Amino acid sequence: MIKSNSEKREKIDWLFKQLFKFTGFATIALLGGIFLMLIYNSISFFANVSPIDFFTGSQWDPGSATSKYSIIPLLASTGLVAIGSMLIAVPLGIFTAAFLSELAPKKLQTFLKPVIEMLAAIPSVAIGFLGIVLVGPGIAKIFGIENGLNALNGSVLLAVMALPTIITISEDAINAVPKSHREASFALGANKWETMFQVTLPAALPGLIAAVLLGLGRALGETMTVLMATGNASVLPEGFLDSIRTITATIAIEMGEVPYQTTHYYALFAIAAVLFMITLLINFLGEYFANRLRKFHA
Amino acid sequence: MKKKILYIFNWILLTGSTVIVTLFLGVILFDIFSKGLSSVSWSFISKFPGNGMTTGGILPAIIGTFLLTIVTTLFAVPFGVTCAIYLNEYAKPSLLTNIIRASIRNLAGIPSIIYGLFGLALFVQSLRMGTSVLSAGLTLGLLSLPYIITTTEEALKRIPNSMREATLALGATQFETIRDVVLPKSLPGILTGVILTLSRAAGETAPILFTGVAFYINTLTASLNQEFMALPYHLYMLSTQHNSIETVRPLAYGTSVVLILLVFTMNIVAFYIRFKHRTQE
Repeated sequence: MIKSNSEKREKIDWLFKQLFKFTGFATIALLGGIFLMLIYNSISFFANVSPIDFFTGSQWDPGSATSKYSIIPLLASTGLVAIGSMLIAVPLGIFTAAFLSELAPKKLQTFLKPVIEMLAAIPSVAIGFLGIVLVGPGIAKIFGIENGLNALNGSVLLAVMALPTIITISEDAINAVPKSHREASFALGANKWETMFQVTLPAALPGLIAAVLLGLGRALGETMTVLMATGNASVLPEGFLDSIRTITATIAIEMGEVPYQTTHYYALFAIAAVLFMITLLINFLGEYFANRLRKFHA
Repeated sequence: MKKKILYIFNWILLTGSTVIVTLFLGVILFDIFSKGLSSVSWSFISKFPGNGMTTGGILPAIIGTFLLTIVTTLFAVPFGVTCAIYLNEYAKPSLLTNIIRASIRNLAGIPSIIYGLFGLALFVQSLRMGTSVLSAGLTLGLLSLPYIITTTEEALKRIPNSMREATLALGATQFETIRDVVLPKSLPGILTGVILTLSRAAGETAPILFTGVAFYINTLTASLNQEFMALPYHLYMLSTQHNSIETVRPLAYGTSVVLILLVFTMNIVAFYIRFKHRTQE
């Protein structure tokens, strides 16, 4: 009796171990599945459209009789709005992180942490809405243009969305710099600022780079804000006041309308595959720098 | 003198940046709440939209988001928690374990619209679930997985090994140790991560665009294979796709207020659980 009971318990133990293991492996299958889905559909696209046209042309115009499938205007739009957002978010984010870890008294910290968490919690569609009703009209007024739905608008909004990521990871990186570094610098006669800019921040640099890359990854992959706030004109942009259309926005607009399994349908998977590769690369780079920071201080 | 100017300049740089970041949140909340609160009333959250969306409320969108979140929870929480258990309790450092961890980190970095495409190809088309609450909920579930796994693993890590060893020494199997000691002890931590993740999922729009969300449904969504309305999508449609955009502006503001309140409430609940748990330790 006792023996069979313990056999049963061991069997249950074994069964659950297999279940836990299975879900672990399922995550690999999920990533692989997403990758294969994108590749499989992209192959169907490149059977009809030459990769040379796809990567060198200058027009994305899938509706017309002479359909043009060039990713270049979409890629340029995606790059422009993401770089613009980083120009705003990187200095703001890193300085705020430095303020939080080096200057802010404890009380102020306990107020600012929830502020950053709340900023991160606001849904992207609400930020996009503010792009239409608040940021857009503001830009139109400042630059004297007809409407403010353009790359600049998207950059401002994406900066707001990337800030929490950049601040949190930068702050961790700055906090991870050992106290002894700072003390050594003070002992040599350096003041607070010299220590921060010449010792602490350089020591945290790999972590700061990781923070920027992860923020950039977020900005590149964001859909709703850019869809709502950038005007969605799929032509090659010339500046920040031009209306643009990112890869994500193009998928969001066109996937709802195309018939299944047409060239146009497959084209949307092909541009998604390119976006997937870019974000994957940026995440790998970010992880590389994050690991370097860890090794450096270990 | 020069040094003093540099001091002040640096101070302004750091403090100013922080003030600007705080202002961003302030401006967002002030604009939405000052213009949107007046639209929110009991009838706004308890009525169907009327007159081509120009009057009435957002009840079906609230119900839709609620149902969607339930499907997401039922799929992603068991899946994510068991995966975290495997990684923290069973997996030994090996190449395979590293590959699993790398997969999870990369899944977290994939743009949400690509999850939408995957949901369309897998659930809607291949598995023939159609555009429905089920397809959209499962898609959001996949998107939520990496976050649930990561936060659960953090919670499991905080349980000291001595507790596991004590239970094992008393003759319990590893599964019994996890079921009776590790999981109950880490429950508040797991719950915090789960609620935070779900609050993000509830505000997502891109993954549900092609997997089941609809602009207008005139009955309450009750079955899992129906299309549904959702709060974030409703806000998107009201602010960009409606043919009399200025007329429905107050409704759009009202919808953002409800959406943000919903998300913030979930966040506050999560932080409360975490706070309470930490102070107990």
